[in-house]
Amino acid sequence: MQVRVLVRLKPGVLDPQGRAVHHALEGMGFEGVNDVRIGRLIELGVADGTDHAAITAMCEKLLANTVIESFTIETDGSAG
Amino acid sequence: MSFRAAVVTFPGSNCDRDMAVGLEAVSGISALRVWHGDAELPDRLDLIALPGGFSYGDYLRSGAMAATSPIMRAVVAAAERGVPVLGVCNGFQVLTEARLLPGALLRNAGQRFICRTVTLAIGNTNSLFTNSYAEGETIRLPVAHHDGNYYADADTLDRLEGEGRVAFRYAESCNGSARDIAGVLSANGRVLGLMPHPERAIEPGAVPALGGADGRRLLESILASFASA
Repeated sequence: MQVRVLVRLKPGVLDPQGRAVHHALEGMGFEGVNDVRIGRLIELGVADGTDHAAITAMCEKLLANTVIESFTIETDGSAG
Repeated sequence: MSFRAAVVTFPGSNCDRDMAVGLEAVSGISALRVWHGDAELPDRLDLIALPGGFSYGDYLRSGAMAATSPIMRAVVAAAERGVPVLGVCNGFQVLTEARLLPGALLRNAGQRFICRTVTLAIGNTNSLFTNSYAEGETIRLPVAHHDGNYYADADTLDRLEGEGRVAFRYAESCNGSARDIAGVLSANGRVLGLMPHPERAIEPGAVPALGGADGRRLLESILASFASA
């Protein structure tokens, strides 16, 4: 079973990388970009039937730092 | 009783030797060396030091992988028993990832790696790590980091300031850290994490380019606390 974990910086946490990319896009002439935030996609191949709680625990304990990041878990097309 | 300090080495640590040399310089006793894969620490420790470097290549987040290593379970248990723990630079990142200290260290606001000597204000001269510094004193220590931008939510920052847990503050803008925080103490004051490198500033008379000697007194503070305990 494939699981996708999307890790994002929480709102309000400065993202210098996103800001630099935003400036680069503007410098290239792309208009109308209001904000750029950079996150991380983690793809997990896990045993079929691995429960959501176990994946949540992986996220809370290692994959995301919940002081600064939030995460969403997508399993077989479902988000949660 | 003689002072027993242990320096932990993770794969990618690069200031572990400097820390061991610094501790020996102030105590006259060789620091014990511990490997990340060790499940146990030496007994009767008076200090555990987590050094600077790039543990596990900074994979995932700086300090995140090291925080899961076998030795860190022992370090967390020792810290809970009140053994003093000092984390410098990557060691500070490891301490936040292990939740021994609040907050997190983000990429520097200016995106660049910063390697220079900075001026710091001492925020608390009573802690076991800072008792050799004077109230209102400023010191100079080297910094060398990419992820030193301290972040915590406003309530946490207020609490840290209210409880005297901001041990060091940048006296000049450095890396974007919230409220210019350079080093924080745990609630019981026995865990300190800081981005600047005291172990790179321990030799009086050394040329200023080598960092000066202001870091020596941090290590001497620990010794003084040990001697008076």
